Amino acid sequence: MIAFSAVSILLIITIFIFGEGMPVMVKYGLRKFLFGLDWFPLERSYGLLPMIIGSLMVTGGALVIGVPFGLACAVVLTEFSSKRLRRFLKPIIELLAGIPSVVYGFIGVVILIPFIRDHLGGPGFSVLASSVILGIMILPTIISISIDSLEAVPRTYREGSIALGATRWQTTRMVMFPAAKSGIIASIILGMGRAIGETMAVIMVAGNAATIPRSLLDPVRTLTSNIALELGYAAGEHRQALFATGVILFVIIMILNTIANMTSRKRRP
Amino acid sequence: MFFIAFFGGLSGCSRGTAQRGLVVAGSTSVQPFADHWAEFYMKDYPERVVNIQGGGSSAGIQAAREGAADIGMSSRELKPEENDLLEVIVAWDGLAIIVHPDNGLEGLSQEEVRGIFSGDIRNWSTLQEPDHAITVVTREEGSGTRATFQEMVMKKSRISPRAIVQDSNGTVREIVANDPHSIGYISLGLVNNKVKALRFDGMEPTYENIDQKKYRLIRPFLFVTKGPPSGAALDFINFVISRRIQELVRLDGLVPIFRED
Repeated sequence: MIAFSAVSILLIITIFIFGEGMPVMVKYGLRKFLFGLDWFPLERSYGLLPMIIGSLMVTGGALVIGVPFGLACAVVLTEFSSKRLRRFLKPIIELLAGIPSVVYGFIGVVILIPFIRDHLGGPGFSVLASSVILGIMILPTIISISIDSLEAVPRTYREGSIALGATRWQTTRMVMFPAAKSGIIASIILGMGRAIGETMAVIMVAGNAATIPRSLLDPVRTLTSNIALELGYAAGEHRQALFATGVILFVIIMILNTIANMTSRKRRP
Repeated sequence: MFFIAFFGGLSGCSRGTAQRGLVVAGSTSVQPFADHWAEFYMKDYPERVVNIQGGGSSAGIQAAREGAADIGMSSRELKPEENDLLEVIVAWDGLAIIVHPDNGLEGLSQEEVRGIFSGDIRNWSTLQEPDHAITVVTREEGSGTRATFQEMVMKKSRISPRAIVQDSNGTVREIVANDPHSIGYISLGLVNNKVKALRFDGMEPTYENIDQKKYRLIRPFLFVTKGPPSGAALDFINFVISRRIQELVRLDGLVPIFRED
């Protein structure tokens, strides 16, 4: 019963988003939405390409920053530190996930934006700022799931490798990583999901210009912030176009989830 | 934000109008002032309840039409397709072009402002200021403030899509207050000493100049209702346009609806 209700809510949401968003997409043609460069909703031009590219750039940037740091942290905590330290640090890292995104956004506005503006140039509100903030936000997800999957590798693997004369680093790189691969990939995919769906923090630091950024220091608008920024004031076709934005976001996330499911199924021993 | 108004309306229906009080929803530009008016109203009539909600001009107009709100607030003129609703002007608000206080600029012409916001003028050196790229800050599509700016300053030109977009007067002011190379526009009532309001076509944005129609960037704050207002809604509107509250409007930084005698 409960499981069914969860599924039906998901179904209702899907039907609702598609029902609201599809008419305007059909009316103007999918191609205009996906590849149009101009977002001037009040002049009936609804090009979403800048936002699609914006979402992908920001998410990619978040992964570039979040994945190396997250994995490094997970490896240090599982392979190179004592169990007591890990027991102490892991809950603290997981606590980071509970900080509301508006707080991350605020920290970005107060500290990161002026820093970028004064030292790197540009307005500060930029792809770089959003990537850094999102990269920090996805750290807890990546770290805690990677730690779990590294810990789940049977002890015999590690002991066998050490017994063969491998150093600790060689063991980590050549035995532990491949064995924990599916969990680590899952952690990255989950982090990516969080990054692409994040709205509030991104609105605060991205600058939200609806154009394709020419450099990392240019402002950018993502699909989620496009919806959240304009929904309050939108009426009529403009509002439908925002639901169409939701449809495209929905499809992108579905594609990512499918890829994630496929890779983790393939990796399972 | 829209859903707040929506749920406000829903829960109101189940409890009945008498208990939910008067729901006034819409423009985030009008909201802080309406909050203030409601405070005075409820001080005078402690048994009455007025709920002020945000959501935006368009959401407010829609809420008024659907009955989710008794009064909708709008900071832009009604569109032709919205003329099934009745409007009352409750105050006038100026629009100020703002820059950082360290900016040497004192005023701009309409052409210069248009050039900056359309992206034709990209560097302060064009305006005889120290050489640095201009950071243009604008509001999101659909905002009443942006609609007013578009209509009065930009006319047919588009606001550059490269401009930074923020979704409230407050965040625009915050960016301009912190970035010495930025320019933006906000409600005149919200200008404070952290930003500098520029002269527009040589006219300083003061109440005298607005009153004498010399400063032209002004817009009405509207209360819209579906059909003639009655009961509590009529009462609140009458209270807001009363002389006493209109005096208060001036202190809040808006322009009252009556002319100075």
